[in-house]
Amino acid sequence: MKKILALVMVLVLMSAAAVAMADTVKIGVFEPASGDNGAGGKQEVIGIEYANSLVPTVEVGGKTYDVELVIVDNQSATDKAVSAAQELVDAGVSIVLGSYGSGVSMAGGEVFADAEVPAIACSATNPGVTSLCDYYWRVCFLDPFQGTVMANFAKDEFGAKTAYVLSQLGDDYTTGLATYFAKAFESMGGTVINEQFTEGTSDYTAYLNNAINGGADVIFCPTSTTVASLLINQAASMNIAMPLLAGDTWESSVILDAAKGTNLTVCMSTFFDENDGNAVAAEFVQGFKAWLNANADKKTNNGGNDIVAAVSALGYDAYMVAIEAIKAADSIDSVAIAEALPSVVTNGVTGSISFDEIGDANKDMAYIKKANTETVAFDFVKTQTVAELAQ
Amino acid sequence: MKKSTKNIINIVLIALMFVVLYVLEQQFGRRSMLVTVLKKGAIYALIAVSMNLLNGFTGLFSLGQAGFMLVGAYTYAVLTIPMAKRMAVYQYYDGGIINFTVPTIVGIIAAGLLAAVLAWLIGMPVLRLKSDYLAIATLGFAEIIRAIIQWDTLGPITNGSNLLKTYPTFKSVIPVFIAATICIAIIVFLINSTYGRAFKAIRDDEIAAEAMGINLFHHKQMAFVISSFFAGIGGALLAMYQGSLQANAFKSSMTYEILLIVVIGGMGSISGSVMASFLFIACSEWWLRFLDTEMMLFGGTFKVPFLRSGFRMVVFSIVIMIVVLFFRKGIMGEKELWDLYKPRKNKKVEGNKA
Amino acid sequence: MFDKILPYLLSGISVGGQYALIAVGYTMVYGILRLINFAHGDIFTAAGFFMVYIATALPVQIAIPLVVVLTVLLGVTVERVAYKPLRSAPRMSVMISAIGVSYLLQNLMWYVTGGLAKQYPTIPWISNSITIGKATTKVVTLITPVLTILLVIALVTIIQKTKIGMAMRAVSKDFETAQLMGIKINSVISTTFVIGSLLAAVGSVLYFSNYTSVTPTVGAMPGLKAFVAAVFGGIGSIPGAVIGAFIIGICENIIKALGYTTFSDAFTFALLIVILLFKPTGLFGEKTSEKV
Repeated sequence: MKKILALVMVLVLMSAAAVAMADTVKIGVFEPASGDNGAGGKQEVIGIEYANSLVPTVEVGGKTYDVELVIVDNQSATDKAVSAAQELVDAGVSIVLGSYGSGVSMAGGEVFADAEVPAIACSATNPGVTSLCDYYWRVCFLDPFQGTVMANFAKDEFGAKTAYVLSQLGDDYTTGLATYFAKAFESMGGTVINEQFTEGTSDYTAYLNNAINGGADVIFCPTSTTVASLLINQAASMNIAMPLLAGDTWESSVILDAAKGTNLTVCMSTFFDENDGNAVAAEFVQGFKAWLNANADKKTNNGGNDIVAAVSALGYDAYMVAIEAIKAADSIDSVAIAEALPSVVTNGVTGSISFDEIGDANKDMAYIKKANTETVAFDFVKTQTVAELAQ
Repeated sequence: MKKSTKNIINIVLIALMFVVLYVLEQQFGRRSMLVTVLKKGAIYALIAVSMNLLNGFTGLFSLGQAGFMLVGAYTYAVLTIPMAKRMAVYQYYDGGIINFTVPTIVGIIAAGLLAAVLAWLIGMPVLRLKSDYLAIATLGFAEIIRAIIQWDTLGPITNGSNLLKTYPTFKSVIPVFIAATICIAIIVFLINSTYGRAFKAIRDDEIAAEAMGINLFHHKQMAFVISSFFAGIGGALLAMYQGSLQANAFKSSMTYEILLIVVIGGMGSISGSVMASFLFIACSEWWLRFLDTEMMLFGGTFKVPFLRSGFRMVVFSIVIMIVVLFFRKGIMGEKELWDLYKPRKNKKVEGNKA
Repeated sequence: MFDKILPYLLSGISVGGQYALIAVGYTMVYGILRLINFAHGDIFTAAGFFMVYIATALPVQIAIPLVVVLTVLLGVTVERVAYKPLRSAPRMSVMISAIGVSYLLQNLMWYVTGGLAKQYPTIPWISNSITIGKATTKVVTLITPVLTILLVIALVTIIQKTKIGMAMRAVSKDFETAQLMGIKINSVISTTFVIGSLLAAVGSVLYFSNYTSVTPTVGAMPGLKAFVAAVFGGIGSIPGAVIGAFIIGICENIIKALGYTTFSDAFTFALLIVILLFKPTGLFGEKTSEKV
């Protein structure tokens, strides 16, 4: 037992008590910078950083506070996410933004709830993120909606009767979205072939062959971008004629690079379009592009171009919501902010944002885009709303 | 008389430890990094000690620890998720098929028991294998267990490969230490018993041990089952610590990490494993964190080279390699901390015994 | 019917060939040092990253030989630094050291790449598509088994016919006696690592031309499977490892074709356990008895 005492002494000596700066409010950024979702996480972070560069301070109780972003890397893994979330809590953040990827958000949610720190998910679409955690809110739409949108798109656009649905074992985003797509597709009278691959799989040819042999008309594969680049590459070398459909993660320059010069049809649903009509969005797109072009390292994090990713826009919106919540609470105390957050209403880049009682944003529109393999850009196809689906 | 004095000292020390823990938690808050590290360290200490029982004391080179932790963690989580939350957790399986919830303590014990039963089944064929073949076979079993748990046909029970959460967790550091202390005490007790001596005899020389009338298979099986029981409990505690659970995290790399802890602490030393666990967790979660962030010195004119995300783990693994290569006995070798404080006379007696 | 099976067979044979090239490294090291070189899969991954970085600066024709040389250097360095000092230590210590090296290499690669997947460069011709019957695949899929078999024949010839090959056989038969007979153990061991790493480098070029993204942990699974292949074929036996690798590659794809995709990895381990229990020496392994 002496050893534990000795150890405790050492720990006490080593623990530098973190003294909070008097007039700073810390916002935690809980995003993957590495692992399968690293590329997308980085794009979300630059959206938040851009928002921070526009609104670097906030007025609380008549005093101006500097907003400090505390950025941690949750490595796209649910077990690492717990440590990363703890690091944020330990740093004394008042509110958390993120994460890209539903699984890590759900894992981190437990830590935030325990510490009573509110969190706003930017692009995590799985229902469990908010429904299982009282301290999680989100600014994007949900998978049941997104899955239905893509199922309708598969049926209407491609006349698909059989869909091959591929998801990754142990990844809540892909299994969730795949399940909701399958449900919607089957309820419309379609047939679904469901298959899963394990993390770290490199060879997707067998799965693609299963899709061909199963007589599928479309492939729905809402995977991470890392998997997507392998999948697209192998589908191209096999001359797959079926359209590849996916969810929001595929709106990434990784997909464009992989699909470049191929004959593939690649479509995905997403949260936002650069050429959206509304004024807030137009201003954001213009400002964000200028900012990217002025900061070389941010541009690298965006994939080396100035295409505005939907997740960057959501990151921006989430930051603005957080600022509004701090103002509404008129406090930097996390519990007060959590109380003020549900009633915050903002007019964001991705549309008006208000929360329902579960903590989800009332969003009812998805954008469907197609990867143009010649111009290496995303072509806007159409929008789809909840009301249209109901008909 | 002497033995009872020793017992009293032990009890006083343990009580003192809990007082210190309580004070620390009050002082720094239960969400501070210090308390977090203590919690995780205690859990890893239990798991490392359970692995040491097998690898260090019985000489069975098993790499299946992550698999048994996985079974324990899942057993606990599946049995204790509150009924009200099941619908949301098992969102793709209509709430799952388990329609009862057991109390936390029952869940933890069930976690250990199921891991032990599984170990008993696996042990029957596998324990006949020698050294590295045993290692690779147990590693293989751990991977198979992971695949089965992720199988979506079992989804109504295990939630397939999806995250489990909302099961009861501990808020304070005290219950973790109570659980870990009890378990480690049982292992220490076992090692100091006749069985423990038989384990060590098997480690030192199988053939000699058999000649002395030790039933090799029986004892190996026993060590394997007991080690897995505690690995299962460790898994359940880890699940509680994390607050959410997914089979994906229990890869062979987790077993390797625990093996490295055991090696750093010293194969065959309980106190070594415990110290190494706290050191390992504190370094990886806390003390070396600064290596991951870029740092500017001299008023922002000099950028410290190499410091960026991931550097912590590089430094950390180099330190581990140095221990593995040059300090092969680890911190404690086969000694225990309490051996160091023994009066001279006792030491001599022990020397004679050996 | 055949049209349906053909694509699975093709990719099975191709993957099998890539596993075979890794498995040879495992089986040779085990044959001589009785060591499961856990770091071998990571050396394979490192070869992938060498290519990613070198190909940004140099044309592929120069990059490939350079990658092979660097991989061989890495393999030999690992042996010198992490295994040689432990020559007289118990086998368990060396294995732990191998696990440590694997941990270090993975963390190092994570650090260097920032943990993001890197796109493997396109190698002209072998990355092109080709159609056989109704199956379309990459040229590399067809080259892999041919190249694998040629390399293995060359290797077996070296081991059977040359002096260093004879020394290798002697060392694997009896480490100590070979030493007494004047065989330079260290140079034999280094040669083993040179050959193993060289084949891993070739394997990595073929593998990543097919599956074009490299991550720090990508080599772990192929590494483990190649090891299973080596055990399956009888550890220490080169033809055994190659046959084992092809069988695993093909079975894996057939299992996926049957729809049990969740178990395609678990199958490999189940096979391993069955082999260990019923024929621990594998298909072609020599029976050895544990010395007292």
